[in-house]
Amino acid sequence: MSVAVEAQGLTRTFGGGRTLFGGRHPAVHAVQSADLTVRTGETLGVVGESGCGKSTLARMLVGLDRPTKGTIRLEGRDATELAGRDPRALAKHIQYVFQDPVASLNPRKTIRQTLEAPMRRLRGLDARAREARLAELMQVVSLREEFLDRYPHEFSGGQAQRIGIARALAADARVIVLDEPVSALDVSVQAQVLNLLDRLKHEFGLTYIFISHDLSVIESVCDRVAVMYFGRIVEVGAARELYAHPRHPYTALLMRSAPTPGKRRIDAEEKPAELPDPLNPPPGCAFASRCPRADAKCREARPPLEPVAVGAIDAAETDGQRAACWHPLLDGASSDNK
Amino acid sequence: MVALPVSGKKANDRGGRPSPFKLLIANRLSAAGLLLLGIIVALALLTPILPLPDPDITDPAQRLLRPGVDGHLLGTDHLGRDLLSRLLWGTRVSIVVGVSATLIAAIVGSLIGLTAGYAGGRSDNVLMRGIDLVMAFPYILLALGIVAVLGPGLLNALYAISIVNIPFFARNIRGMTLGLSRREFVDAARLSGASHPVILFGDVLPNVLPTIVVTMSTTVGWMILETAGLSFLGLGAQPPQADLGSMLGEGRKLLFTAPHVSVIPGVMIFVLVMSINLVGDGIRDVLDPRLKSGALAAPGAATTVKREAVPEKPATDAVLSVTDLRTQFQTGSRVYKAVGGVDLDLAPGERVGLVGESGSGKSVTALSLLRLVPTPPGTITAGRVVIGGEDQLAASVDKLRRLRGGKVAYVFQDPLTTLHPLFTVGQQIVEAVQAHQPLSRREAEAQAIELLERVQIPSAKARYNAYPHELSGGMRQRVCIAMALANDPELIIADEPTTALDVTVQAQVLKLMRGLSEQQGSAVLFITHDFGVVSELCDRVAVMYAGRIVEIGPTEAVLDAPAHPYTRKLIDCVPVLGEPDRRLDAIEGLPPPVDRLPTGCAFAERCPIVEPRCREGDIALDPLSDDRSVRCIKPYRMAS
Repeated sequence: MSVAVEAQGLTRTFGGGRTLFGGRHPAVHAVQSADLTVRTGETLGVVGESGCGKSTLARMLVGLDRPTKGTIRLEGRDATELAGRDPRALAKHIQYVFQDPVASLNPRKTIRQTLEAPMRRLRGLDARAREARLAELMQVVSLREEFLDRYPHEFSGGQAQRIGIARALAADARVIVLDEPVSALDVSVQAQVLNLLDRLKHEFGLTYIFISHDLSVIESVCDRVAVMYFGRIVEVGAARELYAHPRHPYTALLMRSAPTPGKRRIDAEEKPAELPDPLNPPPGCAFASRCPRADAKCREARPPLEPVAVGAIDAAETDGQRAACWHPLLDGASSDNK
Repeated sequence: MVALPVSGKKANDRGGRPSPFKLLIANRLSAAGLLLLGIIVALALLTPILPLPDPDITDPAQRLLRPGVDGHLLGTDHLGRDLLSRLLWGTRVSIVVGVSATLIAAIVGSLIGLTAGYAGGRSDNVLMRGIDLVMAFPYILLALGIVAVLGPGLLNALYAISIVNIPFFARNIRGMTLGLSRREFVDAARLSGASHPVILFGDVLPNVLPTIVVTMSTTVGWMILETAGLSFLGLGAQPPQADLGSMLGEGRKLLFTAPHVSVIPGVMIFVLVMSINLVGDGIRDVLDPRLKSGALAAPGAATTVKREAVPEKPATDAVLSVTDLRTQFQTGSRVYKAVGGVDLDLAPGERVGLVGESGSGKSVTALSLLRLVPTPPGTITAGRVVIGGEDQLAASVDKLRRLRGGKVAYVFQDPLTTLHPLFTVGQQIVEAVQAHQPLSRREAEAQAIELLERVQIPSAKARYNAYPHELSGGMRQRVCIAMALANDPELIIADEPTTALDVTVQAQVLKLMRGLSEQQGSAVLFITHDFGVVSELCDRVAVMYAGRIVEIGPTEAVLDAPAHPYTRKLIDCVPVLGEPDRRLDAIEGLPPPVDRLPTGCAFAERCPIVEPRCREGDIALDPLSDDRSVRCIKPYRMAS
């Protein structure tokens, strides 16, 4: 299977420059040496809580932000270099759908103007071709054509998100980064948009990178999942495997924390959860202070993201599932976590 | 080729909001200003064709004639020139100079502001420090300096005034641009292949334009005044050319012998500038988005209640008993019936979830209970809310105030906006305690620390002195819960208290709330959109749609076998952890707007089992079994 996007050692640091007098500004490591492979035609989910760096990662992938270190390869081409030299070429390959659908539309432009921009600038379509494509796009995202001449404030969140998706499709990109595309929507509308995304993917053979904080949404749409914590990918693997047998204690905690309709099942940590200080990150595993399995090694050395196929577990069964943990959960169950 | 139907163009439907021009006219002062300005501008425009003597022809024989003397309506000046003619020609000059100076300042200043705000970083720094330099000089000194270098003359005065006013525009526009250029639609434009200039002028500028117009309209008057000032000092218009400032200057020496020579141009300056400023203020009020929403109208201490009849209901031991509560909002000619008849009882210690999508009226219901809905635009139009045996819709503001934060406490969604950023969390809890209990400072402090411990904040003593921004979101929400618990409430109303929190933190806060409510026996009305959260916490669940409760019953029973089609659909459209193959059964369409509710069932339009009967008349919330009720004429039975 070919690779659509490949990121290696992706790092983004904010701040950290020299001060006027030669001292150093404090630096925040938003994303740290993230390795990511997205196969053509799959949906890769990136899940994590606020501040874990998932949005920064997404912005780097589409060229809205420059990585401090590391490379991104897009269908074999160097995307970071492309972003600086020819952003339009990059935008033809990879597009982005924003979290806040209404804020991502210019309030003073009609939907027609918004959707025509990528067709004209990226695809160089003439007026006649644009008109045909507009009609097609509106049909694809199930919106009436008369909406084209309206302004964003006249739309509900769900409709605005369909327009956002149409804009991403207008560039004919094959890879689409979806940054929390449904978290600003009501649940009934969320399902409409998720179903639409699923249909489009099959219709046009798209590759998705789906960023979300919602575990159940990620589970329902993704083939593979990467879990982020404090700027790092702590676990990655096939969605089914990862959800059934979380190997990293943090993934297991996430699973236990998500409420489910009709069940009283969540299991909260005893101590209130606090993230480490981003200006002064711990030397070892960032999760160690919250982890019931942590020992001295965890606090001193940072665990690498490695395949967890040890002992009783068959390597084939894990399907490349990797976790950055010195003491991964090997029984699959999270019950040994007490 | 353009296959758009003509009807596709949206009718000019502005939600009952009048057009900007009508709003401007509705403001009496602006209308008067506009009228005056219109007359002055018309006169100035017509000056060349009016039968007036040449303003520059001197006639020493006719000097210093009083107003009203043969042929000289406003008299003559010290050289015998006709004052009316000079006044009108001078007004022309002043208006042209003022407007041109404003245009120049607006264009140059906005360009600087746009560039600085959009580019950021070093360019921003260099440009804005330059602007600071210009601002550091007293403006009249700077203008004098510029004129001194360029030499006196009207055109040079115009340049001077423009330069002096550039910072005003640059700073205003830079601030706006700074905010706008970090908005998502600018990122979106970049991804659409737009270059920086295209984004700046195509995407950002249209959004800044109203601000530029507002700033211009409020500075024109000021510019005219400054032009007059320079001319008065002899640095602007040169003799014999008339302009209002130079006329004033020439008349100054004759103030006592012939006051009309200076008073007439003075009055003209006054009227002109005042009319422009009145119009400018009016334009600002119409265009400024912050003033659009009626933010200037301060809401009262309690929602206005206008009900025709008070529903009767036998007394119960319920902590909260709501009967037929209706709340509506009025904006323009539209009436939004946000809450359209809610009935709800909470037994002591009971936890009830109020579930609905945005716009279903769940938050307005919660706020209406203690009349916290802002008036205007909100009004409670019917119903009865019994707390502690009394109808709170009839209670005095004093009584309500004692109840709020006392017997009934609120916890809101976003703790960062609920907590005051300038006080420590300890001080804020102490305030909550002392508002309801006659405790000394020391006792209240001890209680605050005890409360912080009760919500499991580690090292509570140290955190007592923390400011809200120093705490994480989860900690802040714990503080809000501690404040709610301060006076042993019988009822806690929690409006989406965990929605803004991360899932692991949400789990902790839910556990905490459940534990506290069990320990203290407080009833909880928990508002959320998430059935999962409800399952964790609530004994009963009420589902709201379009302002009314459509189904209510024990949480497990409702979630296992929803009786209302909406409830069932709402459960079916949410992905559930551990069921990746579940097909999401989306509800097509949108809820009806609450200002145009259909007759009959509000869900009929989206309902899979709708029939004509559903749309005929009002549908009651009928009991389904002992503890369940549903607002549907053919609910799904348990068996189905």
